[in-house]
Amino acid sequence: MKISRINTEEKLITFPSFFWLLLFFLIPTLLVVLISFCTADPYGNIGKGFSLSAYSEIINISFLILVLRTIKLSIFTTVICLSIGIPVAYAMARMEKRWQQNFMLLVIIPFWTNFLIRIYAWKIILHPEGFLKQFLVFIKLVPESASLLYNEGAVLLVLVYTYLPFAILPLYSAAEKFDFQLLEAARDLGSSSIRSFIKIFLPGISVGIVSAIMVVFIPALGTYIIPDMVGGPNSEMLGNKIAQRVFTDRHLPKGSALSTILILAFVIPPLIQLIIRKTKKTSKNSPMGVLSK
Amino acid sequence: MKQSKFPFILTIIVLIFFWLPIIILMFNSFNASRFGSVWGGFTLKWYDRLFSDSNVWRSVQNTAIVTIVSTAVSLVIGSLAGFALHRYKSKFQKVHMGLIWVPLVIPDILMGMSLLLFFISIKVPLGLFTIILGHITFCISYVAVTILARLQDFDYTIVEAARDLGARGWTLFRKIYIPLLTPGLLAGAMLSITLSLDDFIITFFTAGPGSSTLPLQIYSMIKFGTPPVINALSTLFLMLTFLLAIIYQRLSRRNS
Repeated sequence: MKISRINTEEKLITFPSFFWLLLFFLIPTLLVVLISFCTADPYGNIGKGFSLSAYSEIINISFLILVLRTIKLSIFTTVICLSIGIPVAYAMARMEKRWQQNFMLLVIIPFWTNFLIRIYAWKIILHPEGFLKQFLVFIKLVPESASLLYNEGAVLLVLVYTYLPFAILPLYSAAEKFDFQLLEAARDLGSSSIRSFIKIFLPGISVGIVSAIMVVFIPALGTYIIPDMVGGPNSEMLGNKIAQRVFTDRHLPKGSALSTILILAFVIPPLIQLIIRKTKKTSKNSPMGVLSK
Repeated sequence: MKQSKFPFILTIIVLIFFWLPIIILMFNSFNASRFGSVWGGFTLKWYDRLFSDSNVWRSVQNTAIVTIVSTAVSLVIGSLAGFALHRYKSKFQKVHMGLIWVPLVIPDILMGMSLLLFFISIKVPLGLFTIILGHITFCISYVAVTILARLQDFDYTIVEAARDLGARGWTLFRKIYIPLLTPGLLAGAMLSITLSLDDFIITFFTAGPGSSTLPLQIYSMIKFGTPPVINALSTLFLMLTFLLAIIYQRLSRRNS
């Protein structure tokens, strides 16, 4: 009697979110995969027949270059964010508690501003008439004709600017829990500081590193606005192509096919992880656990 | 003990890197010169021009409607979800947790794309209504996770005491859970407001004619409009987000 009452209560409070996400998240996502196998009619709607034609553009050298560029920029962003984020997390974790909080606020607050505004701010700085360009020309670091905007470098810079705080957060929360006496012990035993940093500190914050990789690499793969605003035709990423197919060409199956590729990029790594974990059976801390805090 | 100064110096450089673009932008909103490189004297003309732009005002209204409605709905649904996840440990809840989690980690463009196709397929005209549905969808997960985190340090002895004293069902919920969870609910609401105010990509995919929100308006101004007006708009927007950020900070600090 009691068990059945709890069950109805559970169903009752779970139903709204479960149903909502089923209807507006899971079904639409499956729909993307389904529509990628449809044909398009001349009016930009979804046609009746099924075909693989939307995938035809994928078997193409320029698309391959685009995918490789997307992966390359995402990896570069992740590597740069980690190599800056880890020392920053280390420095912050070693400060006094009061300072730690203030520094954390200084890291977070700029990112409470609108995403577009932040990218726009970089557009002003990198503008040909902007002061950075003038300064770099003045100290003869770049020629007058060089452009700081609309290239891969600008996209990478703004990607790092956007995702660095998301890397610092999990790295810091892992470093904060790290026992720094271990480093002192290692030093007393004759280990050099670089060596103990690599051998003791980095493994100690591995959970933070895994989360940082996830929160930087995954969104970077799907980024659209950054290359759209500071990139040029030679620095487009997968996200731009999806938006182009949907809004410019109005070819929904093609847009869906590209999105399906992106979905696969998200489904395959966790699946591999799951298989590895199932075979190893040594799951202790999932990276998701850190993200949820 | 000798410590390398390098990590600390790098931290300072990173903070300058984070703040510099935003400070430059704010300065430029008062700059009479059209381009940011030279200071042309102090002016308020960009603000003046901003306030006389009717498109901006319509987008502010749309943003307010979207934010208020989607926050209200997602707060109710998300809190219930957080509650269910905390209370029950069944297989069903594991699936539920997955449904809550995946929207947090996939890129916005996928959610935007899938919602667009869904609305087109079921022939719902795009507009404010579809934007709101989209915003509720991504806000639910964030609210649920926030509430779930708060519930983890929830003191159940109080609930047990109330039960022993005869409180049941609705009374228990209204008199015990709601007051204890208010800080968490407020934090969830603030998070949902900031996310909804800030969202561009999902809105971009689900918007129809005449339903521009403020981020969409900012986008079209950056693409086709007069830059200094955006500086003014950005500065005001910044002030608003700072204000919300401070309130959020206060709330979460009080709770901890």
